[in-house]
Amino acid sequence: MRRGLVIVIFVVLAAGLSTIPAFFTFGEPAESGMDRYFIEHGQAQAAANNIVTSVVFDYRGFDTLGESVILFTAVIGVGLMFRSMRGGEEHEDE
Amino acid sequence: MSKIVRTGANLLYPFILIFGLYVIMHGHLTPGGGFQGGAVVATAVALVIVAYSFEEVTAMIKKVGMKARESIGLLLFIGAGIAALAIGAPFFSNFLANSGLLFGQVVPSGPNPGDLNTAGVIPIMNLAVGIEVWGGLAVILLYMLSGITKEGS
Repeated sequence: MRRGLVIVIFVVLAAGLSTIPAFFTFGEPAESGMDRYFIEHGQAQAAANNIVTSVVFDYRGFDTLGESVILFTAVIGVGLMFRSMRGGEEHEDE
Repeated sequence: MSKIVRTGANLLYPFILIFGLYVIMHGHLTPGGGFQGGAVVATAVALVIVAYSFEEVTAMIKKVGMKARESIGLLLFIGAGIAALAIGAPFFSNFLANSGLLFGQVVPSGPNPGDLNTAGVIPIMNLAVGIEVWGGLAVILLYMLSGITKEGS
């Protein structure tokens, strides 16, 4: 019963997902003005050959700051979780 | 683990570190960068954890050092952003690019082999993020290792 429901939901979702490419062409809508700007001015402005890195660390540097803060917070979360799992009985910070 | 695995881990450990640091430092020239190179370096820690026992791992890789790496990396990253404020440029602006100073060489337009001494603050930020990811992933692995041993014993 429950298994049949799962299969029905899976089939419906798979069918819906497979019809999406019929309505939308791949890569549309394309915002090509931005790409062109980065390709033409990236080497002169950011002085980096790797345009992807110059976008990540220069044009979108603020996003990368958030990204690294997220990693920092995730490590703090993992530390808190595993510390409480041990019951907090010891502080073996060597 | 067996002696063969330990010997293999000992052999591979420096090469993984060198490759990861290469990916970090060449982030502005080749595919990769801070996050990817940091993940590569953290696999060296994972290799040590796989090959050695819990006591040996905690003796070889200190959790405090990895935490320090994580914090220093994030501070260096934010510091590179704030350093731009000190000379009057906007926050996170690339004030070293094309300046002739550290990493300040001008890049010719179009396809070129590339020079390590380019891209301004981007290599510094790559290094900062690489150190941070190295420490962060290593701390996660070490925490999970200690969690497993506590549950198993």
